[in-house]
Amino acid sequence: MVADMGLLTNTLSADILGIGLLGPGMADWVGSAALLRDPALWQPTATLVPPPRRLPATERRRAGAVVKASMVVADQAVAAAGLDAAALATVFSSSTGEPANCHALCEALAGPERMVSPTRFTNSVHNAPGGYWHIAVQGMAPSTSLAAFDGSFGAGLLEAMAQVATSQAPVLLVVADVPYPAPLAAKRPTADTFAVALLLAPGQQLRLALSEETAPTPCGHAGLDALRVGIPAARALPLLQAIARGDPAALTVEGLPGMSLNVHLLTPLP
Amino acid sequence: MRPLAITHHTLVTALGHGRQATFEALRDGRTGLARRGFETADIGSWLGVVDGVDGLDDIDWREDLAAFDCRNNRLAELALRSDGFADAVRAASARWGAARVGVFLGTSTSGILQTEVAYRHRDAATGALPESLHYGETHNTASVARYVRAALGVTGPACVVSTACSSSAKVYAAAERLIRLGLIDAAVVGGVDSLCMTTLYGFKALELSSGEICRPWDATRAGLSIGEAAAFALLEREGGAAPARAMGWLLGAGESSDGHHMSSPHPEGAGAALAMRAALAQAGLRPDDVDYLNLHGTGTPGNDAAEDRAVCAVFSRSLPCSSTKGYTGHTLGAAGGVEASIALLALQHGLAPPSLNLQQQDPALHASLLREPLHKRLKVVASNSFGFGGSNASLVFGAAS
Repeated sequence: MVADMGLLTNTLSADILGIGLLGPGMADWVGSAALLRDPALWQPTATLVPPPRRLPATERRRAGAVVKASMVVADQAVAAAGLDAAALATVFSSSTGEPANCHALCEALAGPERMVSPTRFTNSVHNAPGGYWHIAVQGMAPSTSLAAFDGSFGAGLLEAMAQVATSQAPVLLVVADVPYPAPLAAKRPTADTFAVALLLAPGQQLRLALSEETAPTPCGHAGLDALRVGIPAARALPLLQAIARGDPAALTVEGLPGMSLNVHLLTPLP
Repeated sequence: MRPLAITHHTLVTALGHGRQATFEALRDGRTGLARRGFETADIGSWLGVVDGVDGLDDIDWREDLAAFDCRNNRLAELALRSDGFADAVRAASARWGAARVGVFLGTSTSGILQTEVAYRHRDAATGALPESLHYGETHNTASVARYVRAALGVTGPACVVSTACSSSAKVYAAAERLIRLGLIDAAVVGGVDSLCMTTLYGFKALELSSGEICRPWDATRAGLSIGEAAAFALLEREGGAAPARAMGWLLGAGESSDGHHMSSPHPEGAGAALAMRAALAQAGLRPDDVDYLNLHGTGTPGNDAAEDRAVCAVFSRSLPCSSTKGYTGHTLGAAGGVEASIALLALQHGLAPPSLNLQQQDPALHASLLREPLHKRLKVVASNSFGFGGSNASLVFGAAS
């Protein structure tokens, strides 16, 4: 017991082996790193979600925007790391889930016939991105799907880094949100689609600790910071900017009321 | 892993409020399911409805939490009030500090009923939803974790795990990791899922719900009966000042993915078997060490067949098993939490409950389903939870002493 307590550091650490990114004016991580370093280069055009090459044609038609965005960034991160996707444990996090699908279900249920599409019902589960990903890569490793409202990026990062620590194996983190259609949009405005993937592995580049609530680190650019506060998944932007700059950095990431995440980027990524 | 103490637990289901009402129904073989409608839906099925939700009309919702009022959070509130659960968490919060207590809860549909009803009352001209809909506090997937965290006044890390019907089993694994790593000292885990139009009509559209009461493992089984529930457990690190007494122990948790199909399990139960083996490995136990297995056992032809193959691949065919879905209905995102509580009751009372509504076991299924209560000292009980998207979780619990 005493020996065990001695090992408890209250801090998690990991290396970042690969990154995926999709957002307004950001088609991928490789092309976006320069504009995250120098936001004056950023052209804030609406997010374009390309068809995910992992999905067979039928699934591509059935899958919603959050599934597609999640798979696109997951693929970028896995390709950058050069790892076998089938072997990876995954953590998916999203605040919005798939709101267009939810809207269609609620509309159908408000009609006189209440005819629900079986495919829409199946796709309504919050773990649709994780389910489709593991089917596409034929992966049987553990997968979880989280939601923590505006703290969904922080919750995903905490869970993924905890899994890296306990499994001592790589873990793929994917955080994605998509805008709500009307009339739900008025209840939870979400600026645009944003998705980020971090392929985490045992190492010391990144450190995470929990703390009392303190103001989150902003983006240092008004347009990017509007994205950060306008899309829960985009709470990742200040960390991505620090990674793009390649300098050691200490950041506060939004948690839930009363708590924050302190994230330290210790060594530059290759 | 080091066994993790479960210092309190409770549940509200169609069987009643709290551990005693649940235990008595399990002991007496009494179902909570009834052929009935719910809200404006009557699709001719058997449902497991929790009593007393409307009674919360009269309580004073804290002003700062009033926007969270919905059926799903009312179920959570009923469970917080059962068996002194909220008081136990407040005592743990005083012992460890509010920031050292996390909240990890499973749900599948959260408070979607609020939005479903709001869609019937859209503005005729603009299509706008009524002002009374507080989407973020009621329907958003994270709602119940935010509500419970605020109601209990704890400020540790929190989230909802939403992996369909494995959700509230997986929260045990997530909380255990953070406690083991020293990020927190205690955690509220469990699950809450409430009846709604989406699941009633959705499972009907998929032809997975039955017009008859659910009959897990029966030759004539024709689908699931939907229920609703809230179940909570308090996990605490050993040590600290005035430690609480364990009601049972989490010995192991196993998770896996099928990687096969969104709404059908792997036909051989390969992912399910992987989760069970992972749970046993984490517990440092052999299959023969398990005294009773609470099956996922939904009563759909495909799910039971796949789980049977997985169970028979991992365990001896003589292992006593039952599904308790015939008592509570399938409580979806709350099922893992409900059945964790039932596993703890089984360990405490030395009672493995029989599977209800089993007339003639399907000759193609080979697990040993209990038809009568098994009264014997139980030391280790396992519980399975599997969900859409191919999400599998298996938990192993140990007796208090």
